[in-house]
Amino acid sequence: MSTPTPPSKSQVLAVMTHAFRDGVPHNAALGLELVDVGPGEGHATMRLPYAEALVGDPATGVLHGGAISSLIDATCGAAVFMKLARPLAIATLDLRIDYLKPATPGLAVLARAETIKLTRNVGFVRALAYHEDPADPIAAAAATFMIGTRGTSVAQRATPPRSAETEHGGQGGGAT
Amino acid sequence: MTVSHPELVARVEQARRDGDWSPVTGALPYARFLGLDAGLYEGELRTRLRFSPPLVGNTSIPALHGGTLAALLECAAIFQLLAEMETVVLPKTINVTVDYMRSGRAVDTWAKATVARLGRRVASVHAVAWQEDRRVEVASATGHFLVLGRGEEP
Repeated sequence: MSTPTPPSKSQVLAVMTHAFRDGVPHNAALGLELVDVGPGEGHATMRLPYAEALVGDPATGVLHGGAISSLIDATCGAAVFMKLARPLAIATLDLRIDYLKPATPGLAVLARAETIKLTRNVGFVRALAYHEDPADPIAAAAATFMIGTRGTSVAQRATPPRSAETEHGGQGGGAT
Repeated sequence: MTVSHPELVARVEQARRDGDWSPVTGALPYARFLGLDAGLYEGELRTRLRFSPPLVGNTSIPALHGGTLAALLECAAIFQLLAEMETVVLPKTINVTVDYMRSGRAVDTWAKATVARLGRRVASVHAVAWQEDRRVEVASATGHFLVLGRGEEP
């Protein structure tokens, strides 16, 4: 049996774009879009389009922190998937976000997350949210994820299952 | 609908008097988007995230998206600050740390926040979220908020 060729970055992006949008109803509700992935490298970038429905302060039109939280949570989860050798269900264990400056009304927000360490049980992630320049961030985040939790992974929901190993119990959490 | 700051301030002052926070949550587009409301229940201010399918993050369990629980806890903290501060300044979130204990199931989620310290510039707030059983926490959060202008000359 020959070793399967790893999928190309564009193939991974296409599959994960579909999985993270159509497989995660809240990502779709926010209009979240996966714009870059680093398969094997453990990084991902997602985009939150500006929408009036997501405004937190009606007098200024600034997006609510909660929408940024969802963007960052989703992006951190995607970054963990990009570090996993095979699709496993994951769940957010904790998420800390520093809000560095308000998002500018009318502009989309990007988040780039990187898995800085993956162990058998835990993924450690760092993320920045920004408009155009990561050096001028809106928010900075640190998150940890439990690996191999209950349920199926977002990737498995979008593609034929490759393993039945993800059905064991585990600590639940914010599902990604 | 656009609500000016003076109108929002008036709604907060009204909510403090009669305990009905729906005119405040109704003025916040993102709260409406999520399906958040707040009010007095059993003598305490609680914020509720009404379940709806667009809040789901994992369809196989199904479980709420972690971001929606973070938003619920952050909103509960801000409403509690608005309820307790003697003047109305809109708290600005400095940071929030959310701990996820269990997956949020496809039912309504409640949150209650407690102001640990209300200083001249910054407030520290802790919030917990639960579903059917108050003793079973789904998630909790600690946040720091800038409350500049509280009790100071404008």
